[in-house]
Amino acid sequence: MLIIDNLSKSFIHTSTNESMQILKDINFTAEEGQFVCIVGPSGCGKTTLLRMIAGLERQDSGHIYLNDKEILSPVTDIGFIFQETTLLPWRTVLRNVEFGLEIGNVPKKQRRQRALEFVELVELKGFEDYYPKQISGGMKRKAALAMSLVVDPKILLMDEPFVALDCQSRSQLQEALLNIWAKTKKTVIFVTHNVEEAVFLADEIICLSTRPAEIYRIMKVDMPRPRDRTSPELNKIRKEILNFIKTRSHWSMPLIRMM
Amino acid sequence: MKILLRLLPVIVFMALWQLMVATEIIPENRLPSPINIILGIKELFVTGMPPGSTLLTHIAESMKRVLAGLALAIVAGLPLGIFMSYWRKLGDMLHPLVEMLRPIPPLAWVPISILWFGIGDRSASFIIFLGAFFPILLNTINGVLSIKPRFIEAAIILGAKRGNLFFKVLLPGAMPSIITGIRIGVGIAWMTLVAAEFTGVKSGYGLGYMIMTARDIQRADLILAGMAVIGFIGYCIDLIIRKIEQKLLRWV
Repeated sequence: MLIIDNLSKSFIHTSTNESMQILKDINFTAEEGQFVCIVGPSGCGKTTLLRMIAGLERQDSGHIYLNDKEILSPVTDIGFIFQETTLLPWRTVLRNVEFGLEIGNVPKKQRRQRALEFVELVELKGFEDYYPKQISGGMKRKAALAMSLVVDPKILLMDEPFVALDCQSRSQLQEALLNIWAKTKKTVIFVTHNVEEAVFLADEIICLSTRPAEIYRIMKVDMPRPRDRTSPELNKIRKEILNFIKTRSHWSMPLIRMM
Repeated sequence: MKILLRLLPVIVFMALWQLMVATEIIPENRLPSPINIILGIKELFVTGMPPGSTLLTHIAESMKRVLAGLALAIVAGLPLGIFMSYWRKLGDMLHPLVEMLRPIPPLAWVPISILWFGIGDRSASFIIFLGAFFPILLNTINGVLSIKPRFIEAAIILGAKRGNLFFKVLLPGAMPSIITGIRIGVGIAWMTLVAAEFTGVKSGYGLGYMIMTARDIQRADLILAGMAVIGFIGYCIDLIIRKIEQKLLRWV
């Protein structure tokens, strides 16, 4: 179980030297195996929140616990999928998937076998020996997923992983992700600014406000999977979130706010 | 056809040259004709300069010095480059020192290196080391700095320790730039070598020494033959490095 306890974070603005609050009193809990989406406008601090959970950044106050252990620095129990792909370009797909095992000193034969299993899990069989530059954006995302999952993290943090993809590959990857999630039973924290994506994927949606980001509302999506993207139930939830956002924040014009 | 097209300027150039020497527009004792230079190369191969020291022994001797100096430059420049870019404070600290030593031409080190190492192989290798070291160091630094921080973070999240980062992320990530550095370094090393051998080495071998001996007896054809050999070997070395590069950097 992941517990986020009263997290706050400010940055010092480099040019003006003023302190700028990014996150304010963030509290939530993710049960084991739960799929949680965090939605919020661009630049609201979603990425910062995720980076703090990963131990890549230090919060000003508050605590993060994973299964009763406080997270103070990066641990292999927490996987992270970055917005831009982090496949090492000089390694083939298979060698990328192997990477985490290699630095964990898993014997060669064993790690190769395990890596192959994960290549198969993300449906990249046949592309083991391709370099990242030779495969499509969607395949890169899948490979990155395998690269993270291979070291068996308890929880997977995903930072707008599908944002740079076209509509079709995005939908395909969402479905692939749900399949993999169902098979591996990982807890997933998935950040997106796309409400439709969140509604399709999540068990629970956490809505953040503009900066300083606070949790506006946590919504349950009690819908069986596979979900029909165009079903009235899903649309209803989507509408609710969008309405909610409209009335409670300046979400509809994040760009203006940012300027 | 393509090769022929590329050879054409060379052939035309050589023919004009030969013609000008043959018609005595250029005096033969100043600029020997291409044919005489080729004959000079043959003489260097067979008889040698001084007689008994053949071209191949000179080449082997020069290569030995270049490889020693180059190996030293890689061994020193590569790790230092990685450290200086990974620990930015160290890099910032050392930067002025590097930038002050760098503009000193390797040949300006000849007198002091003779004082330190005497006349001989070690002196020549040291000069070559100096020529190759800075391009390798600076290109390694640039290479590491060009690696996206995301790669390093992703590796840390997967459990990478510092050693893993150096060997499995920074080194391979900087490799394209490092190879460029080595290519430039070898080029400079090769250029520096001959000059270093003019003054720094009198052990009786080396292409530079060979050329100086030819000068002592006023043999312009052998001087030019030696120069042609230097150019050709430099070209071959670059070709080899480019082949290695293609093989090593298939992912780029």
